[in-house]
Amino acid sequence: MTTKKFDLTKFLAPMVLVILYGFFSIFGNNFFSTDYLINILDGSYYIGFMAIGVTFVIITGGIDLSLGTTMMCAALIGGMAYNNWHWPMGWCLAFVLVVATLIGLLNGIMVAFLGLPPFIATLGTQMMGMGFGAIVTRVQTMRYPTFGTADGWFKNFFYKTTTGFPIGVLWLAGFFLVALVILNKTRFGRYTYAIGSNVEAARLSGIKTKPWLAGVYTFCGFCCGAAGVFYAAVYTSIIPSTGNGQELLGIAGVVIGGTSMAGGTGTLVGTIIGVFVMSVLKQGLMSMGLQSHWQTFFTGLVVIGAVLLDQYRVKQGNKVIH
Amino acid sequence: MSEALLEMKDIQKTFPGVHALDHACLNVRSGEVHALVGENGAGKSTLMKVLNGIYKKDSGQIIYKGEEIELSGPLDAQRRGIGMIHQELNLMPHLTVAENIFIGKEPMVGGVFLDKKKANQAAKELLASMHLEISPTRTIKSLTVAKQQMVEIAKALNNNSELFVMDEPTSPLTDAEIEELFRFIRQLREAGRGIIYISHRLDELWQISDRITVMRDGQYVGTVNTADVTKQEIISMMVGRVIYEEPKQQSCVQPEAPVVLEAKHLVAANVKDVSFELHKGEILGFAGLVGAGRTETVRALFGADPRVSGEIFVNGEKVEIHSPSDAVHHGIGYLSEDRKTFGVATGLSVRDNCVMADLENYCIGPIVNDKKIDVVSKDYIQKISIKTPSMRQLVRNLSGGNQQKIVIAKWLIKRCNVLIFDEPTRGIDVGAKSEIYKLMNKLIEEGKSIIMISSELPELLRMSDRIVVMSEGSITGELDICEATQTNIMTLATMNM
Repeated sequence: MTTKKFDLTKFLAPMVLVILYGFFSIFGNNFFSTDYLINILDGSYYIGFMAIGVTFVIITGGIDLSLGTTMMCAALIGGMAYNNWHWPMGWCLAFVLVVATLIGLLNGIMVAFLGLPPFIATLGTQMMGMGFGAIVTRVQTMRYPTFGTADGWFKNFFYKTTTGFPIGVLWLAGFFLVALVILNKTRFGRYTYAIGSNVEAARLSGIKTKPWLAGVYTFCGFCCGAAGVFYAAVYTSIIPSTGNGQELLGIAGVVIGGTSMAGGTGTLVGTIIGVFVMSVLKQGLMSMGLQSHWQTFFTGLVVIGAVLLDQYRVKQGNKVIH
Repeated sequence: MSEALLEMKDIQKTFPGVHALDHACLNVRSGEVHALVGENGAGKSTLMKVLNGIYKKDSGQIIYKGEEIELSGPLDAQRRGIGMIHQELNLMPHLTVAENIFIGKEPMVGGVFLDKKKANQAAKELLASMHLEISPTRTIKSLTVAKQQMVEIAKALNNNSELFVMDEPTSPLTDAEIEELFRFIRQLREAGRGIIYISHRLDELWQISDRITVMRDGQYVGTVNTADVTKQEIISMMVGRVIYEEPKQQSCVQPEAPVVLEAKHLVAANVKDVSFELHKGEILGFAGLVGAGRTETVRALFGADPRVSGEIFVNGEKVEIHSPSDAVHHGIGYLSEDRKTFGVATGLSVRDNCVMADLENYCIGPIVNDKKIDVVSKDYIQKISIKTPSMRQLVRNLSGGNQQKIVIAKWLIKRCNVLIFDEPTRGIDVGAKSEIYKLMNKLIEEGKSIIMISSELPELLRMSDRIVVMSEGSITGELDICEATQTNIMTLATMNM
């Protein structure tokens, strides 16, 4: 019957992040420095945007496997618009968002209205997105403008200011706050939880569950577009037929953050911590002189540990009050 | 012929808060079809689960083939030769007949590979011995339901079963298929097997059974030779309980009360041309046995399931209801019989569930107004006394009675005028039940109108102003509360069969 008990499990994810950071600061070579911190941030932008989007999808009990290729496909087509069609830079970036949002809408229509299982629908768009980007660009690598060139302002605007400040982190933080409000303070967010918790109960409450669910996938697509913009800003070159595998980083972030794949529960705070846990791991292991495959290995370990922890937490939460 | 194959004596079984079996008895002979009847919840299924080893009896004896046995589980029962033919068949639809019959004990070649030929041959012989013309290589899903049942029986026979339990075997079958099944059951009887036959369709018993045992409220009422009794006598054995709660004496509805909801000629799956009216301030009871089509009727009315045809009028005006959101828009709220699946989102908090149907009115633009939600949730938690430590408590942590109240709160907050209660007190303990009754009466005083589906006759008689009785998807009668009795409701509920 205790209502206010100190819930240790809630603080485990942030604690893991702090412990990891502390661990690498001690054992890594020069890890506790601005350089590494900036590396951690730079690598987190695009994963962060994807992870925020897919958090909504996973809370509905679904999944989006098309995150990575949607991001790349949109960034490629935006690059095509810039390089070959000579659109103004701002238009190109907006176009990246539009393309990704449309792919998200396609996912949403298939899942909500055509009743396809999310795994299948988004597996399909994952492959279609990868192919489509390559088709449109005729398999050419798309280069975005670099620092100092005519349209290089966009890098200063989204990635690093002329003074070297990692301004991307402000964008991610800002977007995170907006998403936080959407998830926790709007009908859209409340219905996202309701659909994931019990879609039949939601439907019988008179909620038009199909359009709302389609909206969740569309929002996720938009987030992938934003991820594409930041990917372009940080890495400049977009190579066709890449991007698959990136979605797993986004999903891993969500899972590490304690969102259940069964739907109905989950937090964005957890997700963003999950994303940074992965980045800290990556940079930390690098600072210890270990290659990236070590990062992959340990990320896998953390994912499993996080899910085990989540199961324990759910079991604890299932005690009935009479 | 008269040798006792199975004797169950003084079986006791209690669940928390429920005395499910109270000195239940059953005596089955070899070579007889023994019908087991009783109302919904009379304890038939519980008794059969004890016989199958799914439930452990608290006390009592099971004597099978002359010796007392203790069953450790369904597998043990199967090994001893007790075959269960459940309502939902335990067959794998994509596998073949032979594969299903030999599942778990497949003939092997060299201990590694399946011996398909041998399985098919053995299955063929088994089926032939039962005079069944079913090819062993056909998949289960390509067979009719009746044939599937027979495969299930063949599977039990293959396990050397001597006692068969059939739970409502005829409910999914057509008339011709029923004839086929009966012929087959008689064949089993001639072969000296014992059959326990559970059915709601009383008329069938005179075609197929030798003796009938009646149960009521978990107790043994009596065993009679089928040939010696009439259907009316069986019905009075089934319902002859002492009523603790006084039934309503007369309708409380004002004679000139307007019709708030009218359904005309509803047709849907298991709903055959159903029409009825609901007056303002009325509790309209829906009686019937399980599968009579009551839930299907209200779900079709509510737009939860597709409707083939039919018209709905709210306050005299024709309305288009094709989805739950249409129904809610017209002020109709539905409280499902299965709260966990259809009523509440158990992973969300009390307050989120309370406003789930009416969230749009608790928003400023797109933003949710949490303060307003807190106020209204708190208000209703007090008003209908939902027991919860806080309004942020997850619904899954509350008891069944309190979950039911949350669903009620949801529809009250939405200001629904017509509430459909589908088995409102199922799985709720006695204290919480009477609270729900009080709440329903209070709602009526406030001018709401209620449709109540219930399988508990005393509950219907206590609450309703008028009772509609359904059977096999149709309305078989309508009774004003002053003329309704358990016996005449039961008579109507077993018509059409």
